[in-house]
Amino acid sequence: MIKIEKRNDVPMTLYFFTPFIAIILTILGGGIIFYILGFNPIEALKFYFITPISNLYGLSELLLKATPLCLIAIGLSFCFKSNNWNIGAEGQLTFGAIVGGGVALLFYNQEGFYILPLVILAGAIGGMIFALIPAILKTYFNTNEILVSLMLVYVSKLLLDYLVVGPWSNPEGFNFPETRQFSNSSRMPLLFEGLRIHAGIFLALAAVMLSWFILYKTYLGFQIKVSGLSLKTAKYAGFKGKTMILVVFMISGACAGLAGVGEITGPIGQLHRMISPDYGFTAIIVAFLGRLNPFGIIFASLVVALTYLGAETAQIFLQIPKYTGQVFQGMILFFLLASDYLLFFKVKILNLKKNELRH
Amino acid sequence: MSLDISFIGILIGSIMASSVPLILAASGELITERSGVLNLGVEGMMIIGAISGFALMVITDNLFIAIVGSMFSGVIISLIFGFLTQSLLTNHVATGLALTIFGIGLSAMLGKNFVGIPGKEFPILFSSLRESIPFFGPILFGHSIVLYFAFALPFLTNYFLKKTKLGLVVRAVGDSPVSASNQGINVITVRYCCILYGGAMCGLAGAYLSLIYTPQWIENMTAGRGWIALALVVFATWSPIKVLIGALIFGGITILQLHMQAIGFRIPVQFLSALPYLMTIIVLVVISRDSRKIKLNTPTSLGRIFYKEK
Repeated sequence: MIKIEKRNDVPMTLYFFTPFIAIILTILGGGIIFYILGFNPIEALKFYFITPISNLYGLSELLLKATPLCLIAIGLSFCFKSNNWNIGAEGQLTFGAIVGGGVALLFYNQEGFYILPLVILAGAIGGMIFALIPAILKTYFNTNEILVSLMLVYVSKLLLDYLVVGPWSNPEGFNFPETRQFSNSSRMPLLFEGLRIHAGIFLALAAVMLSWFILYKTYLGFQIKVSGLSLKTAKYAGFKGKTMILVVFMISGACAGLAGVGEITGPIGQLHRMISPDYGFTAIIVAFLGRLNPFGIIFASLVVALTYLGAETAQIFLQIPKYTGQVFQGMILFFLLASDYLLFFKVKILNLKKNELRH
Repeated sequence: MSLDISFIGILIGSIMASSVPLILAASGELITERSGVLNLGVEGMMIIGAISGFALMVITDNLFIAIVGSMFSGVIISLIFGFLTQSLLTNHVATGLALTIFGIGLSAMLGKNFVGIPGKEFPILFSSLRESIPFFGPILFGHSIVLYFAFALPFLTNYFLKKTKLGLVVRAVGDSPVSASNQGINVITVRYCCILYGGAMCGLAGAYLSLIYTPQWIENMTAGRGWIALALVVFATWSPIKVLIGALIFGGITILQLHMQAIGFRIPVQFLSALPYLMTIIVLVVISRDSRKIKLNTPTSLGRIFYKEK
């Protein structure tokens, strides 16, 4: 007989262990799907998870994709920890890229050391402003932040589309939906010759350290965590709820904006329609998989970045659409959420005979 | 371009056709949300419905099986969401997002061999009346049976929620699961049913796209309609009749864009495309400011996990 009991407190070892269970189950699930589709599951999984990172170029690509995921997820962890459901990071990323890209376009024919910092700053501010919309509507009009931040994703993508087709399109670009190339001074410095990995990774690492410091060593971090655990306690303690909501959204938006600016000044070098393969949404998975812990998020961003890379490799070698990466991303989150059940409930397998003897 | 009366009739007819997937998906999601469950997986369920409907049509050459099959696959995929949120008590928002991401990926995987296959013509009803009656002909006649069903659905949904006992049960579960549970209602079962119903309607909405509206399979062909449907439920403040009106407005915006592009109108199309989202935000702000309006139709326990200690 199976008996399910509610746990009184969550065991911490299990809390950090279940993400690994989720990853293993996802790989098994992926193998089953490949088998059903008529592939050799072992070989397909090898193309997916091992081939992409078996050379230096692959490792660089892994870090390149993990960078925006890590940045955004770090920002989201502030929101999620304090029970604010910002799911519009994709929109904040896009708007940050628009503002940052706009500044980069101002300097398209100029060089100078001050340009890149300006572009990065503009991107962060852009993301921050865009995240303030759901935050202000939530604090002053009591509006649901999930729906507002989600709607704004599409507004920002349409705005980008308008800009690259219309006023910002490259005058010498034969009407392609893209802007001019940014000048070299607006581009992130590359770390190694011939690889695409760029200095943006330091922004992500700085965000990790800073968020660890804020969350675990400051009064603000304490407020955020308490509000997440119990709103009543937070109110009783006299925390200013409204200010905190604005602050966490601003942090989250700035991080997403930085991720956007990192993409356009890094591998892309201009603005066009496809600046992000839904990094803003996938980063939600990263934040959960990393347990909202700064160092967990580093690990999770690498795992999820691998699903993007694997999908590209599988597209080449197995001729399957690269959307398959999303199958894995969806499964990771499904299995992670499902395994959380073990955190809150104890599953006991009782021996029926012994029980009967006792009664 | 002449704006004669028969052209307006055809225009209205095409607006109606473009609003069908929105009506179907939003009506389904409305029931789900009225039971207190926020399923953000609409887009994922629609795209799964689209590919399974199209694939079944190609394999069986039978449109009836394709339509029923698409609803069934919507049910299956929403069952994942139901099991996770209701039985394993996972967070609705995260699970719904995972469902959308998973659905888009899975549909592309399943649809790999169906890209580029031409669709089959879907039978339309009263096609002779469409031609013979000016203005009203293209509005009222010559549509597929799914369109007629879609336009009846908001009224049926309204009747169900307001006039039937089961509808009352759904509303009770959404507004106050604890009291409903104390009344002897099995909250989890009711919510399961509403989630699966929502899945079926989203599956049908997807199949409408791949079998009737643009009869073919294209990766990611729902193109954000699931998110618009989700916005629509909020825009309609959870009232089925307003879903119909909202779907016609949102569908009308889509059609308007095409015509404005054709005649070279000055307003950028992207601003028109953004209107449904902006209008939804404005409606949200208006209803959220006034707590009485919010109480009117908003399911009080929307998105909250219900757990009953056994």
